Amino acid sequence: MCVCEERRVRANDREYNEKFQYASNCIMTSKYNIITFLPVNLFEQFQEVANTYFLFLLILQLIPQISSLSWFTTIVPLALVLSITAVKDATDDYFRHKSDNQVNNRQSQVLIRGSLQNEKWMNVRVGDIIKLENNQFVAADLLLLSSTEPHGLCYIETAELDGETNMKVRQSVSVTSELGDPNNLASFDGEVVCEPPNNKLDRFSGTLYWREKKYSLTNQNMLLRGCVLRNTEACYGLVIFAGPDTKLMQNSGRTKFKRTSIDRLMNTLVLWIFGFLVCMGMILAVGNAGWEKEVGSLFQSYLAWDTPVNNFLFSAFLSFWSYVIILNTVVPISLYVSVEVIRLGHSYFINWDQQMFCSQCNTAAEARTTTLNEELGQVEYIFSDKTGTLTQNIMTFNKCSINGQSYGKDTHTTCRLDFTPFNPLADPDFCFYDDKLLESVKVGDSCTHEFFRLLSLCHTVMSEEKSEGELVYKAQSPDEGALVTAARNFGFVFRSRTPGTITTTEMGRTVTYSLLAILDFNNIRKRMSVIVRNPEGRIRLYCKGADTVLLERLHPCNQEVMSITSDHLNEYATDGLRTLALAYRDLSEDEWEAWSESHRFADKATDCREDRLAAAYEEIEQNMMLLGATAIEDKLQEGVPETIAVLSLANIKIWVLTGDKQETAVNIGYSCKMLTDDMTEVFIISGHTVQSVRQELRSALLMWALFVFLSRRARERMIELSRRRGGGVGKQLHGSPPPPPLPLSNLMDNISGEFALVINGHSLAHALEADMEAEFVSTACACKAVICCRVTPLQKAQVVELIKKHKKAVTLAIGDGANDISMIKSAHIGVGISGQEGIQAVLASDYSFSQFRFLQRLLLVHGRWSYLRMCRFLCYFFYKNFAFTMVHFWFGFFCGFSAQTVYDQYFITLFNIVYTSLPVLAMGIFDQDVPDHRSLEYPKLYEPGQLNLLFNKREFFICIAQGIYTSVVLFFVPYAVLSNATQSNGVPLADYQTFAVTTATALVIVVSVQIVLDTGFWTVFNHVFVWGSLGSYFIIMFALHSQTLFRIFPNQFHFVGSAQSTLLQPVVWLTIALATAICIVPVLAFRFLKLDLKPQLSDTVRYTQLVRQKRRKPPEGRLGARGGSRRSGYAFAHQEGFGELITSGKNMRLSSLALASFASRHSSSWIDTLRRKKHTHTPPSTSGECSPETNQIK
Amino acid sequence: MMASSYNAKEEDGHHSGASSGTGVSKNKKPDNTAFKQQRLPAWQPILTAGSVLPAFFVIGLIFIPIGIGLYVTSNNIKEFEIDYTGVSSDSPCYNCAKNFTWNTTEPCVCTVNFTLHQPFESNVFMYYGLSNFYQNHRRYVKSRDDRQLNGDLSALTDPSKECEPYRKSGDVSIAPCGAIANSLFNDTLVLYYVDSNNSISEIPLVKKGIAWWTDKHVKFRNPAGNGNLTLAFKDTAKPVNWAKPVYELDPLDPENNGFINEDFIVWMRTAALPTFRKLYRIIQKKSGATPTLPNGNYMLNITYNYPVLSFDGRKRLILSTISWMGGKNPFLGIAYITVGSICFCLGVVLLIIHHKYDNRNTSADIPS
Repeated sequence: MCVCEERRVRANDREYNEKFQYASNCIMTSKYNIITFLPVNLFEQFQEVANTYFLFLLILQLIPQISSLSWFTTIVPLALVLSITAVKDATDDYFRHKSDNQVNNRQSQVLIRGSLQNEKWMNVRVGDIIKLENNQFVAADLLLLSSTEPHGLCYIETAELDGETNMKVRQSVSVTSELGDPNNLASFDGEVVCEPPNNKLDRFSGTLYWREKKYSLTNQNMLLRGCVLRNTEACYGLVIFAGPDTKLMQNSGRTKFKRTSIDRLMNTLVLWIFGFLVCMGMILAVGNAGWEKEVGSLFQSYLAWDTPVNNFLFSAFLSFWSYVIILNTVVPISLYVSVEVIRLGHSYFINWDQQMFCSQCNTAAEARTTTLNEELGQVEYIFSDKTGTLTQNIMTFNKCSINGQSYGKDTHTTCRLDFTPFNPLADPDFCFYDDKLLESVKVGDSCTHEFFRLLSLCHTVMSEEKSEGELVYKAQSPDEGALVTAARNFGFVFRSRTPGTITTTEMGRTVTYSLLAILDFNNIRKRMSVIVRNPEGRIRLYCKGADTVLLERLHPCNQEVMSITSDHLNEYATDGLRTLALAYRDLSEDEWEAWSESHRFADKATDCREDRLAAAYEEIEQNMMLLGATAIEDKLQEGVPETIAVLSLANIKIWVLTGDKQETAVNIGYSCKMLTDDMTEVFIISGHTVQSVRQELRSALLMWALFVFLSRRARERMIELSRRRGGGVGKQLHGSPPPPPLPLSNLMDNISGEFALVINGHSLAHALEADMEAEFVSTACACKAVICCRVTPLQKAQVVELIKKHKKAVTLAIGDGANDISMIKSAHIGVGISGQEGIQAVLASDYSFSQFRFLQRLLLVHGRWSYLRMCRFLCYFFYKNFAFTMVHFWFGFFCGFSAQTVYDQYFITLFNIVYTSLPVLAMGIFDQDVPDHRSLEYPKLYEPGQLNLLFNKREFFICIAQGIYTSVVLFFVPYAVLSNATQSNGVPLADYQTFAVTTATALVIVVSVQIVLDTGFWTVFNHVFVWGSLGSYFIIMFALHSQTLFRIFPNQFHFVGSAQSTLLQPVVWLTIALATAICIVPVLAFRFLKLDLKPQLSDTVRYTQLVRQKRRKPPEGRLGARGGSRRSGYAFAHQEGFGELITSGKNMRLSSLALASFASRHSSSWIDTLRRKKHTHTPPSTSGECSPETNQIK
Repeated sequence: MMASSYNAKEEDGHHSGASSGTGVSKNKKPDNTAFKQQRLPAWQPILTAGSVLPAFFVIGLIFIPIGIGLYVTSNNIKEFEIDYTGVSSDSPCYNCAKNFTWNTTEPCVCTVNFTLHQPFESNVFMYYGLSNFYQNHRRYVKSRDDRQLNGDLSALTDPSKECEPYRKSGDVSIAPCGAIANSLFNDTLVLYYVDSNNSISEIPLVKKGIAWWTDKHVKFRNPAGNGNLTLAFKDTAKPVNWAKPVYELDPLDPENNGFINEDFIVWMRTAALPTFRKLYRIIQKKSGATPTLPNGNYMLNITYNYPVLSFDGRKRLILSTISWMGGKNPFLGIAYITVGSICFCLGVVLLIIHHKYDNRNTSADIPS
């Protein structure tokens, strides 16, 4: 490593460190200050192509030979747009300043010259030693020097950094951990040489040189900015990276700016329109050259050329630019502003939606990005996190089976048990509904007592007793917490532990057990045990674990209980509960001694320690006595299965990407109805090598293809049969036009959809490699449901990117944790679940709400409407501007291609921003084709968005064609009528101003009639805006043509009196009526025919609404039914190594847990069992059975 | 490059979120208003056969009678048009057109004879028409100074830059400036009736009331000069092409002289199209039953001052009567009849299509 790429920090030596000019701890995320705001902001705004383009036009207009329009026709809209954006930027930056100040002014205690002094965060320097107290934020990236905890340990929560809510342990280098107090630290002069600033959160390498010795430093010694110190009284750290160099700041790169597909299409179209504009300009310039040569040169006695112009070619060149100015209104700057306004409106509707408000957590939905709304109407793939998103991550002790007796009832049948009179230590939040169990405890049933004793002893939970009786359990997995809490409520209260003892309160009596051993959990063992000696001296082993492993290790005399318990376990599993079996074994003193010896031996072994330990554990966990089983409910969020059902009916594919284990993920897949027993096959990809993954993917795809082929054959034969019989099916297929989706394709979809894919993290890593990703995508997309388990945050993003790359579909990622951030950021739309603990996901997301079920409303209602409105808006907008602008083109042929405008310059200025902006904005904001509950009832209404039907290049050309047609009519009808017409007092009507007023009025009326036709939902706003705009046109025109204004500015208002004298003429009104009829009648006829002959589903829904046909409800009954038996396995969200931490006593002064992250371990044996069971118990469904009708909502 | 997306609030978002949640138990539930919940009462029109088809028939039934009315009215209007440019050698004005020079002092006069076969009842309007004359050219249209024309004294001596190159003549500013004024139509047309015994009588032509009221009374104003126009315009030059200065346009009538001369005002109201007509004179209806212009022979005496042949232009004289809807305009009537008929036919066709193919009324089911 080169010297310059190192960072050298010497403790307590500011002068030395200043040589390197490291960044200070002051952060600045704001972009402007008061002085720089205007120039910088304007500079940024003019980096936008559109703004520069309009600036360019403005400059062109200042050249008198070119200027065909007054300067204000461009500068008014441009100034409007620039100032709106500037105000928005200024507000944003103001809040950034505020939050920067707040952070920079936080206090921290810095060790300066041997004493602790309060300093603002921004004054902390690299090389300072600062003191952190409990629950304080870490101010900079620190090297942990010492802490108040033994061994220099300290605990941090990294939720804001990486989203993991569990606590992590950091330990100082042993030599520095002894520098307990400030005086020692003040003389500490070690020097750290380490890597330069980078954004790798989990890596740090450096060396500490102190007292002629080298100590290597790793990430374990670092406290990163953004973390919070927990459960540690205080600690000291040496600042290594400050401010912008910290890993947190290095990680907060510029967020990718998301654009919607409509945006991209719009940009393409705008480019096309520019091309079109240039073409028009060329044509007219050529015309100008011809005219000036043939006519203009001869006409010079009346109209001399402008001074610099000396030949017709130069004139043509100037005329090209003049026409570029005139015709620029085909892409008015107001397009971009209007689109933003509409999106903002839609965002507010999302924020205001009561039906997306969660009253429990008092959180409303929030559109954090205002630019993506219409993309919500086009989503095809949803990537969902599991924990916290589909599930609440709340485990409840739901049922149990003790000695062959099952306890626990459905929640709604009995009232909740009240534990307080029985047990003062009970947790008031605990719910249980079966009083039989409490009776049994009270009666003193020994099995029941032993059952709960096991639960109170066999775990790795830490307890914290803040005051007498006020227990707080810190469990590393919510399952364990639920079990220990259950035991606590039933009178077996776990109070505290030391490395060698566990103290409980059993039925009011305090008992202290000596803890002889913890046989820790791991993924292969799927069980954990403790060996305890009770006060009477009896040694007993308590074991809890997955039923599959535990039932094999029972004493043969348990046969009877086992079979009953087994039935219970099946029953619980069917309810989607997570089960555990409990057992104990009495050990004699000799047995214990013998085993203890072998265990110690295994523990000390240097090679294969893991295997030896496992063997030792295996040895003692034999011949156990079954106590019973517990059933824990992993609570799904409300309405999850229903939402998934509705979304999949809307043709949205849902993938679950979870860091959880395969068993848990599959379990949830079943309980939220993503996976069903009706599925033909659930492919499981869990290979560890490239070859095996490829093999598994191929066989899955092959099987799918074979199945599709067979079912197609079957279907063809069916159709053929029915044809031969007289053609019932065939006639239905081809004879009746109205049902738009062909049953044929539906059948296809449903057949191919009946597969599911479960893929494991390490298999996914192989599947995502470049040579296999195509294969993976094709297999995954053939499946109805895809579950990826054990995936890392990065892989989540990779999967999303993969689909984006291969499918060109709109993707949505939803999650709640910081591990979902990558996927939320890389998906087209990121949704964060708010109201939970961390808010990192929400901060990275584009939309946030608190319940997964709101997703259906977000997509099917808001997204669909937004898409519809945006499409209608764009269609109309392009139509309107072509109709408006192209009139100039036609006029060019009659005015010597001189770039004379048809309209008054004020009309050109105001047309887009006053006369026609509000009605189309009202449509873009308020329009609805079908009411919200309808779009939830008929999820198929969502399909046009996915297929991009409402606004695409074809629709665009139709709009353009209509606009051009309108412009032709608007020019040539007044031309034909007015050229010979006179007023009723004989004055000819063919003067320029009358013509301008007539055409402009006709244009405003025609586009207003068009918006009247386009608007499908006439709220009071639409009425006000449409009629108001029309009215404002007339009022403003009369005002501009009034004598008063003319008297003040005679040179600016040439049109004095035109409005009165023109609009008083019946011929003018007859012309306008004629032009309107010619423009609108074909549109009306075309729309009517389309609606009559090829109605869209939304039209039909709307129509049925009108005729008040009786409504049908979606068959909700189907969703509730859960079929098939699925044995849920032991799904400990558990990590190994905790037992060791407890027995070593390292963490004993703490009231909380430290968890290290461990490499994922995996076993596929459980899923193999599952598959075996499935094939023996449930007959595989065949093509004959899966009829398409049952799978759709009519 | 500073990370712009980083928000310092993120760092303690957890904290502040928690404190704000506990501190105030404010209910964040959105208001249940019809506006916020998008439940505003709304009219939802649908294009059904019941509404569209009658609309077509109604449009048809309204347009056709209007069209017939317009057509008939237009046909009752009498119009006579004669081209006096003098292109062909047998034309009476051939010599005047051919020998035109700008610097002549002696006006060329030619006489065109024509015959009206039908008498013109009521008031007759006399127009001059120009073809291939681009009064709507951008450079032409803007080449004027409305402040000057409105009598502004400062603009009189310092006209707007828009008037270039007809702004100044030497050092003296031109009044009225600009290309429009410079190209003022200055042929003089006099009409004579030749009765059966070849006696010639001049037809009285009214030259006032031919401009827009607002133009005459608001837009155009003579500069203040104590009633003496010559004095008012003393510091200005006449436009290059003009034979006499602006204050001599109609020396006999001070109400029709200077900028408020109606011939001038009419000319200054530029035409929208390269072929146009402008009102020149009105022939008032005589009292009694005698037609304004009885059928018979007429003689048009032209003082040929205005060259158009150089750019292939044409000059015409038009005589026309008018009705409530103005002059002769057959297009409007025909267009109305055509559009009305098309609408009606479309209505019939759509009705047939609707009855033959539509089955929406019978099936209430929504296909899935």
